[in-house]
Amino acid sequence: MGVEQKLGNMGVVTTTLESVVNWGRTNAMWPMLFGLACCAIEMMSAQAANYDMSRFGMEIMRASPRQSDLMIVAGRVSKKMGPVLRRLYDQMPEPKWVIAMGDCASCGGVFNNYAIFQGVDEVVPVDVFVAGCPPRPEALIHGVMTIHEKVKGESFKQYAEKYK
Amino acid sequence: MSQIEEVSIAKFKHLVSERALTGETMLLNMGPQHPSTHGVLRLLLELDGEVIVNCIPDVGFLHTGIEKNMEAKTYQKAEVMTDRLDYMNPLGNNLAYCMAVEKLVDLDVPARAQGLRVLLVELQRIASHLVWLGTSGLDLAAMSMFMYCFREREQILDIFELVSGQRMMTTYFRPGGVWRDVPVEFEKAVRDFTSIFSKRIDEYEKLLTKNPLFIDRTVGLGKLDASVALSFGVTGPPLRASGVDWDLRKARPYMGYEQYDFNVPVLKDGDVYARYLVRIQELRESLKIVDQALNKLPLGPVRSANRKFVPPPRSEIGVDMEALIHHFKLWTEGFSAPKASIYSAIESPRGELGVFLEGDGGPKPYRIHMRTPSFDNLSVLSQIVKGHLVADLVAILSSIDIVLGDIDR
Repeated sequence: MGVEQKLGNMGVVTTTLESVVNWGRTNAMWPMLFGLACCAIEMMSAQAANYDMSRFGMEIMRASPRQSDLMIVAGRVSKKMGPVLRRLYDQMPEPKWVIAMGDCASCGGVFNNYAIFQGVDEVVPVDVFVAGCPPRPEALIHGVMTIHEKVKGESFKQYAEKYK
Repeated sequence: MSQIEEVSIAKFKHLVSERALTGETMLLNMGPQHPSTHGVLRLLLELDGEVIVNCIPDVGFLHTGIEKNMEAKTYQKAEVMTDRLDYMNPLGNNLAYCMAVEKLVDLDVPARAQGLRVLLVELQRIASHLVWLGTSGLDLAAMSMFMYCFREREQILDIFELVSGQRMMTTYFRPGGVWRDVPVEFEKAVRDFTSIFSKRIDEYEKLLTKNPLFIDRTVGLGKLDASVALSFGVTGPPLRASGVDWDLRKARPYMGYEQYDFNVPVLKDGDVYARYLVRIQELRESLKIVDQALNKLPLGPVRSANRKFVPPPRSEIGVDMEALIHHFKLWTEGFSAPKASIYSAIESPRGELGVFLEGDGGPKPYRIHMRTPSFDNLSVLSQIVKGHLVADLVAILSSIDIVLGDIDR
C-alpha cells in the first residue's frame, strides 16, 4: 500500500524529485540586474512597491551573472552590446533562462537599422518573448509566470540530453 | 557579430598615466553591466589603491541610430523615435521635437495645447527626478527611497496613461498641438496627485536631507566649479548646483513659461549634496507650475487650425471634401518643410535638450541632430572624480543623472 496509509496522518507528501527541484527553481529564480534601455525602467517598476515581483520569489536581482539564473534582456541590443551580452550569458551557471523583454529585444521593434540586433535571439537562446514598447509591469510578470510554467515541465532527461 | 578583443595597454597609453604602464596603478573596468552605472556605460578606471587617478568613460553600448532612422520617416512619424531617446523624459523629447518642427514650418500652437504641454512636461520632470532620487538612494543603500519614489511615479504614469493610452512612450504632443483633448477625469487625477505630493517631498527630505549617513556620503564630493562646468557645456541641475543661474524656462521662455510663477533653485557648493538639494527644490517648483497650469488651463481647441500641417478632426472628414483631401495628403505623403535649418531647445530634467533640424523641401527631414544634456554632463565626470574613492564614484555618477539612451542615441 501507499506510504500514507502506513504512516497515518503525519503530513507526509509523496512526490518526485523532479517536481521538487522544479518547484524550488521556480520559486527562487534570481534574475540578473541588467537593464539596457527603456524597458529597464519598467523592469524597475515591476520590482517596486506597486507591482512587487517579490510575490513570486524574485525580489533579489543579482548584479553578478554568476549568481543569477534568469536573464531579462530589457531593451534594445546594439551591435556593440551584443558580444558583451553573450559573454554575460556564458558566465551564468546552468540551468539558465532568458526573457526577451519588449519589442526591441524580441524583433528589433521600431529600430530597423544598422545599429540594432533584430531580436536578441540572434545572440542568445530566448525562452519567452514579452511584447510591448515597453511592456507594462504586468506583462513582464506574465512573462515570468510563463517561464515558471515552462520550468515546471522540464525533466532531468532533457538536461542530460542537452549537456551530453 | 564582432567579438570582444583583447588589447595591450600600449593601445590606450595616451589615456592613462605613465604609472599604469609600469603596473604601479591598476586598470579596472566598471561596466557595461554594473548596477550603478545607470545603464550600459563602461568606465575604465585607473586606480592607485582605491583612489581614482583617471576615469575614462566609454559610451556607445546603446547606440540606436535614432537620428538616422528619423531621416527615413516623415515629420509626423519621426516623432515616435524621440520617445525612446531619453526614456526618462519622453514627453520632454516630444516637446523639443514638436517645437523644432513648428519653428521650421512656422506653425501656431493654441493656448490650451500650450498649457497642457507645460503641465505634462512638468509632471514628467517630477517623474524623472523621482527615478533619479530612487535609484541614487539605492546606490547609497537607501532602499526605501526607491520604493517610495516609484509609488509616486506610478501615479504620474497613470495620468499619462489616462491622456495618451501609454505609460511611458506617449507620443502625445504632435506638431501643432496635442493628439487630442484630455478626458474629463484628468483634472481630478492631477489634483489628487498635487494634493499629496508636497507632503511626500517632505517625507523624502526627512529620510535623506538631514540624515548623517547620507550627508557623510555626499557633502564635499565631486566638486564642480562653475568655470569648469561652463567650459564642458554642462547644463541643468549640475550647472545650477555650481552657482550658475541658467534655466531655459526663464532665460529663453517657450510654451508660455513666462506666465508661470516659479523660482530656479541655484546653489553654490557644486557637490553631490548640492545637486541633490537642487533637484529636491525643483520637485517643489515643478509642482507649483503643475498647479498653476491646471488652474489657468484655458478652454478651446488643442490643435492648430492650419490644415496644411495638422490633420482635420474625424467629424469634418465625412462632410468636407477639402478635409478629406488634407487627411489623405497628410497621412500618405506628409507635409513638406522649407529648405532651412533651425535649432530649438527646451530645459529637460537633465539640462538643455536641443534639436537641430534641417529640411530639404520634402516631407522628410534632411538631417536631425539632438543636443542631449546627458552627453555633455557625462563629459565632465572624468574631471570631478579624480582623487575620490571608487565607492564615491557611484554617488558622483548618480548625482549627474545620466540616461544612456540620451547619450548614445
